[in-house]
Amino acid sequence: MDKYGQSNGLRLNYSIITDIIDEGAKVLDLGCGDGTLLAKLVKEKLVKGIGVEINQDSVIASLEKGLSIIQGDIDAGLKEFGDREYDWVLLNQTLQTTEKSDYVIDEMLRVGKKVVVSFPNFAYWKIRFHLFFMGKMPKSKVLPFSWYDTPNIHLLTVNDFYDFCKKREIKILKSVFMTKANVKTNFVTRFFSNFFAEEVIFVISK
Amino acid sequence: MEKNIGIVQTEYLDVKEELILQSGKTLPEYTVAYETYGELSEAKDNAILVSHALTGDAHAAGKNAEADSKFGWWNEMIGPDKAFDTNKYFVISSNILGGCSGTTGPSSFKPNSNERYGLDFPVITIEDTIEVQKKLLDYLGVKKVIVAGGSMGGMQALEWSIKYPECVCACIVIASTSKLSAQSIAFNAVGRNAILSDPNFNNGNYYDSQKQPERGLAIARMVGHITYLCEDAMQNKFARRFQNKDKPDFDFNVDFQVESYLEHQGQVFVDRFDANSYLYITKAVDLYDAAQGVYSLDETFKKTKAKFLVMSFTTDWLFPTAQSKEIVNALIKAQKDVSFCEIESPCGHDAFLLEFETQTKIIKSFLGEHG
Repeated sequence: MDKYGQSNGLRLNYSIITDIIDEGAKVLDLGCGDGTLLAKLVKEKLVKGIGVEINQDSVIASLEKGLSIIQGDIDAGLKEFGDREYDWVLLNQTLQTTEKSDYVIDEMLRVGKKVVVSFPNFAYWKIRFHLFFMGKMPKSKVLPFSWYDTPNIHLLTVNDFYDFCKKREIKILKSVFMTKANVKTNFVTRFFSNFFAEEVIFVISK
Repeated sequence: MEKNIGIVQTEYLDVKEELILQSGKTLPEYTVAYETYGELSEAKDNAILVSHALTGDAHAAGKNAEADSKFGWWNEMIGPDKAFDTNKYFVISSNILGGCSGTTGPSSFKPNSNERYGLDFPVITIEDTIEVQKKLLDYLGVKKVIVAGGSMGGMQALEWSIKYPECVCACIVIASTSKLSAQSIAFNAVGRNAILSDPNFNNGNYYDSQKQPERGLAIARMVGHITYLCEDAMQNKFARRFQNKDKPDFDFNVDFQVESYLEHQGQVFVDRFDANSYLYITKAVDLYDAAQGVYSLDETFKKTKAKFLVMSFTTDWLFPTAQSKEIVNALIKAQKDVSFCEIESPCGHDAFLLEFETQTKIIKSFLGEHG
């Protein structure tokens, strides 16, 4: 279990992202947690990586993996990182916890040539059904928290993200839709992906 | 099990060789006081050099005698299984050039003379102090070193990584800065002025006199101590409580506990520190600028080869987090391997001498792959 109470599907998520990243790339991993993904990228893709993480115990766990890690709050911006300095900027399972999500995405697109962003899809059918029938804030394995203690303050859907990118002229280079253990890269229509994907990974650039 | 180091002796290295200082002046010869803990490996690559803060000494860990009431200044960090694990590492600690605890400084005798240096001692810089430490490491046969230090010691660690990039494999900079802010220089200036204007100062020639510049040195220490704590720490410790009384005496003697605390700190300090050394060392700290006022910091770091760990403390306003971040950001820009932690602490600048648990965890995980 990581800090957001997740474990299921994480391994799948990590291998999908590892497949996406090219070998030897310069990678900035925002909200890198205990550094599991970044360590995997360093080991398997020989990336030159650096992580940013706000939680001190996670910072220490990342240090133990021999990673270069900066304790910091990504909501405060990425001032220490220059324009287009990284081949890849990752924001894995963290977008919905940021305070100024639009600013964070802008900053990632400034610093990285390509950006990987993943988040739980709030329009997933089970979540819709939960809200529809129970009339309560949905909980799931991906979203295990109660409304009052959740770090997920900016929940969004696949369609919201499409709209956001369109409005800001952000290019979507790749999208991966995931259910519990399946990966779909080509849902027939956007409706299906918005309805059936539990979690989604986008590759975007400016 | 964490254990303390046993009894250690301070040792002295006499260097009968001229030291050319940054100012262009020279010292014909000098002595370095140092202590070591643990064993140097056969490959001579397991050394850690720890550098003390403004008024520290070579005695970093263990006791010099069984009867000593206190351990060395970083005893909690140096020893078997501690942050700087003496089972694995050969830890070296030396007294800074210009100091008054064994290494040559203004209170030392001039060579072949029974006259002390006093203000004839040349002004030294942090860069000069590194040369002296380098001599010591060469003498001990150390080839690769991890450098670490808090406050002024952090500046020395940083300077090591810049000046001897081939030697330094890891650099730990704690509660420190690449250059003092105007505010920090100002505090040091007040301290120096207190000493210089003490009627007993006598232009630095007070060693053979009955009258020592004690008041000036004590005031300098008081000013320093204010900057080592923080508002909350002082408030929690003293608030507005009176010292052994219920109401003020309506005179200018000590009323408040905080006044008594500062008096005490000043008095204790006078017994162990030399006023001239305080002048020289604070000046060296003031003058330090890792980028030498010419280059940008990231340009300066380009030649470094170490892996860096920078740590700051939330309530440190002497060398605040922003100054640590300046180092970190420049290292990122220079594409160096750097990690940074800001440790939550109510202790102000002094935290690096108090917050052992978190520091130990962070340093151990950082050093992991070197061990």
